[in-house]
Amino acid sequence: MPRPPSKGRLVWILSLGSLLALWVVAAALTDPLTLPGPVQVFDVMAREAASGELFRQLGVTLYRVLLSFVLAMSLGIMIGLWMGLNRSADRFLDLWLVFFLNLPALVVMILAYVWLGLTEVAAILAVTVNKVPNVVVTVREGARALDPKLAEMARVFRFTRGQTLRHVILPQMAPFLAAAARSGIALIWKIVLVVELLGRGSGVGFKLHLHFQLFEIDAILAYALAFIAVMQIVEWGILRPLERRANRWRHA
Amino acid sequence: MSALDIHIRAKRFGDAVVLRDLDLRVADGEVVAITGRSGVGKTTLLNIIAGLDLAFEGEVSPAPADSRVGYVFQEPRLLPWRTVSENLCLACGITPAQAQQWLADVGLAREGVKVPGQLSLGMQRRVAVARALAIRPAVLLLDEPFASLDAETATEMRALLQRLLAAHPTTTLLVTHDAAEAAELAHRNVVLDRGDASRSTA
Repeated sequence: MPRPPSKGRLVWILSLGSLLALWVVAAALTDPLTLPGPVQVFDVMAREAASGELFRQLGVTLYRVLLSFVLAMSLGIMIGLWMGLNRSADRFLDLWLVFFLNLPALVVMILAYVWLGLTEVAAILAVTVNKVPNVVVTVREGARALDPKLAEMARVFRFTRGQTLRHVILPQMAPFLAAAARSGIALIWKIVLVVELLGRGSGVGFKLHLHFQLFEIDAILAYALAFIAVMQIVEWGILRPLERRANRWRHA
Repeated sequence: MSALDIHIRAKRFGDAVVLRDLDLRVADGEVVAITGRSGVGKTTLLNIIAGLDLAFEGEVSPAPADSRVGYVFQEPRLLPWRTVSENLCLACGITPAQAQQWLADVGLAREGVKVPGQLSLGMQRRVAVARALAIRPAVLLLDEPFASLDAETATEMRALLQRLLAAHPTTTLLVTHDAAEAAELAHRNVVLDRGDASRSTA
């Protein structure tokens, strides 16, 4: 669960309580088919969890999120560094970047499924292609901000290529990589759900589609909440600690 | 035979010629001050000797690639995310114990575990001096080592450099705009004027 700063904890609990209360009141005012209350939704969640279905579908989706994330970050970092450090590459690829940044995610998904069939490769590729341009923009920004004076220092003191990368370049890039990773996860998990909804037979997106067809709102909310919980665990359990570690020297 | 032999026909930035027909020989162990107005090309000269600037007409012997150059930049240029001790170990390829010895030599025995951001500019510059000397350089380059320091700190810095250069005699080029500090530290003063070394005083 999220760990807010201690002095804001009371506000946080109040905030969560109000949200739940609002939900209960709204559910009481509508019919349980259209907007089921929290108890009904958590019931469904418990049932799906007990059968193992919830974890299986979450696992499949999480696997797709992570795979596309790793691919998009790797490609985006390589292209972003290249564009940030090489002016001709930047000029040449800038138009491509604008094109892919403005290409609607849905178009990429449809084309990937049309060209490659309703396959796992098409799904992962569609998500990756959607995310790479954002990573490129952030990483390019970081590469442009690299301090040439430290680079000169590394040259004079004969740092090896590996030492320069590890001790001079990466620490300067860390905040930009963290920003790219954070917005990356946020964007990717949403896109993965749509990709699953459009053309996969498994995953949270598929389940949402299924329950939408059956008009089972309680199951839709149960999967949505479970997914939010998982992404919060990724955020607070992995992303925040990594970011803190990268920025440790700043607060020394 | 001179330890450093510089002959620069021309160094241009765009259309502007910054250094022209500059001949400078520095004997082994000699400390030469380079003075002159701002923008006359003092730092450019150091960058050429350090091998950071290769776009010039002329020769530097020995070639920067073949000799160890210890460079104290005008800004300390320490890695802000590494401790002071790690900065020395990384840049100079020395052990933490050796780094500690060098830090003691520049009066910073207790600062090794800190990161540069916790040190004053004067202290950071002393770390930079230790870093430049710890690689046992054939040539030491000092770019305005007293700039932006208050009078007292600058005096300490001068005394420190005098002591270190006595303990580790090194062929040294000291760039400064202050003739007095040049006279105190250097064997010889070369005045750069519109790019050529016009005057040389013993």
